[in-house]
Amino acid sequence: MEKTINLTLKVWRQANATAKGAFESYEVKNISTDSSFLEMLDILNEQLINENKEPVAFDHDCREGICGMCSLYVNGRPHGPDDEVTTCQLHMRKFKDGETITIEPWRSAGFPVIKDLIVNRNAFDSIIAAGGYVSVGTGGVPDGNAMPIPKVDADEAMDAASCIGCGACVAACKNGSAMLFVSAKVSQLALLPQGKVEAARRAKNMVAKMDELGFGNCTNTGACEVECPKGVSIANIARLNREYLKAKCLD
Amino acid sequence: MGTFFSSSIGKKFVMSLSGLFLVIFLLVHLSINALLLVPDGGEMFNNAAHFMALPLIKYGLQPVLFVGFIVHIFYATMLTSINNKARGSVKYAGGNNTKDVMWASKNMYVLGITVAAFMAVHLCDYWVPLQITGNVESTTLHGTEMHDTYALVNAAFSQCWRVALYVVGALGLSLHLTHGFWSAFQTLGASNSLWRKRWTVIGTIFAWVVGVSFSLIAILQHFFYQA
Amino acid sequence: MIKLDSKIPQGPLADKWTSYKNNQKLVNPANKRKLDVIVVGTGLAGASAAASLGEMGFNVKNFCIQDSPRRAHSIAAQGGINAAKNYPNDGDSVFRLFFDTIKGGDYRAREANVHRLAEVANSIIDQCVAQGVPFAREYGGSLDNRSFGGAQVSRTFYAKGQTGQQLLLGAYQALMRQVNEGTVKLYTRNELVEIVMVDGKARGIISRDLVTGKTERHFGHAVVLATGGYGNTFFLSTNAMGSNVSAAIKAYKKGAAFANPCYAQIHPTCIPVHGEFQSKLTLMSESLRNDGRIWVPKKKEDAEAIRAGKKKASDLSEDERDYYLERRYPAFGNLVPRDVASRAAKERCDAGFGVGATGLAVYLDFASAINRLGEDTIRARYGNLFQMYEKIVDDNPYKEPMMIYPAIHYTMGGVWVDYELQTSVKGLFCLGEANFSDHGANRLGASALMQGLADGYFVLPYTIQNYLADDISTPRMTGDEKEFIEAEKAVNDKLEKLLAIKGKRSVDSIHKELGLVMWDFVGMARNKAGLEGAIEKIAAIKKEFQTNVFIPGTNDGMNIELEKAARLEDFITMGELMARDALNREESCGGHFREEYQTEEGEALRQDDKFAYVAAWEYKGEDQAPELNKEELIFENVELKQRNYK
Repeated sequence: MEKTINLTLKVWRQANATAKGAFESYEVKNISTDSSFLEMLDILNEQLINENKEPVAFDHDCREGICGMCSLYVNGRPHGPDDEVTTCQLHMRKFKDGETITIEPWRSAGFPVIKDLIVNRNAFDSIIAAGGYVSVGTGGVPDGNAMPIPKVDADEAMDAASCIGCGACVAACKNGSAMLFVSAKVSQLALLPQGKVEAARRAKNMVAKMDELGFGNCTNTGACEVECPKGVSIANIARLNREYLKAKCLD
Repeated sequence: MGTFFSSSIGKKFVMSLSGLFLVIFLLVHLSINALLLVPDGGEMFNNAAHFMALPLIKYGLQPVLFVGFIVHIFYATMLTSINNKARGSVKYAGGNNTKDVMWASKNMYVLGITVAAFMAVHLCDYWVPLQITGNVESTTLHGTEMHDTYALVNAAFSQCWRVALYVVGALGLSLHLTHGFWSAFQTLGASNSLWRKRWTVIGTIFAWVVGVSFSLIAILQHFFYQA
Repeated sequence: MIKLDSKIPQGPLADKWTSYKNNQKLVNPANKRKLDVIVVGTGLAGASAAASLGEMGFNVKNFCIQDSPRRAHSIAAQGGINAAKNYPNDGDSVFRLFFDTIKGGDYRAREANVHRLAEVANSIIDQCVAQGVPFAREYGGSLDNRSFGGAQVSRTFYAKGQTGQQLLLGAYQALMRQVNEGTVKLYTRNELVEIVMVDGKARGIISRDLVTGKTERHFGHAVVLATGGYGNTFFLSTNAMGSNVSAAIKAYKKGAAFANPCYAQIHPTCIPVHGEFQSKLTLMSESLRNDGRIWVPKKKEDAEAIRAGKKKASDLSEDERDYYLERRYPAFGNLVPRDVASRAAKERCDAGFGVGATGLAVYLDFASAINRLGEDTIRARYGNLFQMYEKIVDDNPYKEPMMIYPAIHYTMGGVWVDYELQTSVKGLFCLGEANFSDHGANRLGASALMQGLADGYFVLPYTIQNYLADDISTPRMTGDEKEFIEAEKAVNDKLEKLLAIKGKRSVDSIHKELGLVMWDFVGMARNKAGLEGAIEKIAAIKKEFQTNVFIPGTNDGMNIELEKAARLEDFITMGELMARDALNREESCGGHFREEYQTEEGEALRQDDKFAYVAAWEYKGEDQAPELNKEELIFENVELKQRNYK
């Protein structure tokens, strides 16, 4: 009943951040089409270890599409050839027997390679640190139901908040722009009364940090939205633009 | 406000405003061109052209238009260069297989260059003789002596290659606008999930109406308006 | 022998926490600046604690092994978070939440801790709302609730199927705010590899930068572990691949007692195992049991036909189906607690009624809910879970029922802590899933998020001051003291030793072997002979690991196999500890089921007269059997009964 396939993998190998990288080819055989893409890489690594070679380093953690740790640019698409999934949710049934799969790290000036397929995404943390929060301390807050929030707003905020910070948007963008990521957080908080108080400050600080860290400018191609594993909409980018322009006008 | 124009959104803001300004110019230009099709031997067109050459427009509005172009081109160049740098030095070996992304949106700068090249020819053909050298035949309408712009245009459109070039330029412009139009509103924040669809539809219609109209005028001039 | 002083405050249950707070020592703002606190872990407990301590003015160093604090596995919690707000006016109260949690834990948790948890739960909801967590709302704008297992009220707050994610991002954002303010220094891709003791107190840690491979010495007046559970001892679990027990084992080896290691929760609704290449198990939220009905075929022939692929679930008519939870537990039905639901599934599958290719699966069917509410409503409630299922299994759950099977999910046991969340090592605190304190022998759904945030936002920031108040004149250490230097050297020596083994087997292959032993003998049903055999098998695995593991590369730079090997060593220690505790506990309670101790109907049978205690294990040295310490559990407010969900 189980179907298996054989594949050639073209994998980016790079010893460390400063080393020069190159593609290496590997063969993997009898891969069950029910296995996940990362399980296929596990099998490759097991094979490499048995040959006394260093396994391929790649980021992964929860393996259920929510932590945002896994990355990988597979056959020309961030998170590979399936829609609205992370790489860890990508399954081998999406590939054909005998296929050559090209596996690369996220490429963008904002995400330098650390090793093999692992990139440094600390820039995202820095952007959140610049203002992606409501400045409220622990304790001393009103009752949860004290302020009614329209369901539509709460739902829209939730959709924006579903961003997992994986960086696929930056990886997919021809400009290496982080606007979808930034706009998702700005939108979530701008939609809720709790976040409105410092909306202007937040938009300005987060955009300034994003620019400082070397991300590109949004040209509204929409590639980020297509490749976002959580389907975060670029309507959020319009909202960020609005919030930012409003904030700057009020200066 | 100081940091606004150096911020990414600020730069894009300038792009979209200058773009929309040029869109307005296109509308004006197109409506004047439409007069080429009025079968009055070019009288109305010449009148309009004369009006456009009045000092207030020539020395007042025209420089603004030029600034619009220059700003749009300058910022486009700057943004493209920043964006290329942000993309990183290593390109994807696997190429880009992201589906559902409009081709024009990824090639705005190239399309922009096409449009600019066409414009350069266009300026040499008309603007230089009309407004700089004045090396144009004259005509007198209702007692006012003016350039016979119609004759100039009409003569130009008698040449096949010129019409072809004109059509290519106009269609390049259409493609540029299919993305540029809605994108401008997105950048200004005047969009959401619903309005994005509306702007895209309006923008696409606008883009093709403009491009096809410019082309059609040239083609009709070539085939039906030669003396 | 460790002296286990639970430090439970005097007075009536409902007043204990208030009276503790009224009488505890505090640290004044000027002195807070002089005190350093190390927080390890950035999940709900770790991030909320680090953020809160930073806000108060302590100098916090916060460590995580992932590239960002936001990746911590709390993010994967789907269903919700409990609180006794009683917004739906269905009779909820702090006492009822306390009671449900104690009962759900099969009367093996401390009353005082659980009551405190129930008390602060409401504040958590308020806090999260204030942070901008987009909880689900009613059209009127008020917060929405759903029901979860083990409760007869609707007290679970949720944010779609991503509650853990939203709560964690709330805590993460609070944390990043403090990073921005400079009160918290963040160390990502950094793993705790040793706890440093000075004069009998925890005074710092040795961390290893996972990118450079370099170890670093960090001083703290106190060390807080919020490093999660040990479910990955089983290799296959719903935990993230990086989740590990190493920090807790380091603490254990420094003298912190490890409590109730045998209490591991098997979650009933996971996607069944499908191949030996499998790396992890995926949980389907318990909230699905609100609308899904669990069943297997009534007749064995049907089950066999389904396994052989000759029949489909939809071929069976209503009266050919056995909705066994509704049949056995009419009062709670599909919403019985997790341990009960898991054992019932195992019972049906063992009896030959299981479905799926392996026969180790039961159906979770939404057909009647879809008929009643329409597909759109179901999609709105569980859309993302259904999509997740379809991506993994390639089957449309709107048409055919889901197949599920129990899997290791959460560990109730953990580092022993007193009422102040301090371990038996002075200056070493432990929060969240990593400690043992609140869930007894079984955790109810939507209570893990509650406990993690309660510990981090509202408990530790108070109780740690009671300890630190005596430490205000202790000067900062530089990290160059001999204790630090020696600890660092020992760590690097050990890593070099692992690298030098140069055997033939990969780390994962040995880990999988350990996992199978754990699942077969220390899993859902345990017995004396099996556990004794497991202890021997684990010892053999330990030997195999120490002599035959192969780790490519060096200690310089990033070496993922080396990280995994170091963690596996601790999983092996953990596995043995679990087996020993399970062997010692001659009763069945919550997540611990000993086949010898069950009622005639197959329900767990506690031995309250002999085992109403916390089993706190004390490390006695490498290859020595650990020593059992007992903390008696005293129940003054609830009556111990056999749990009845009928």
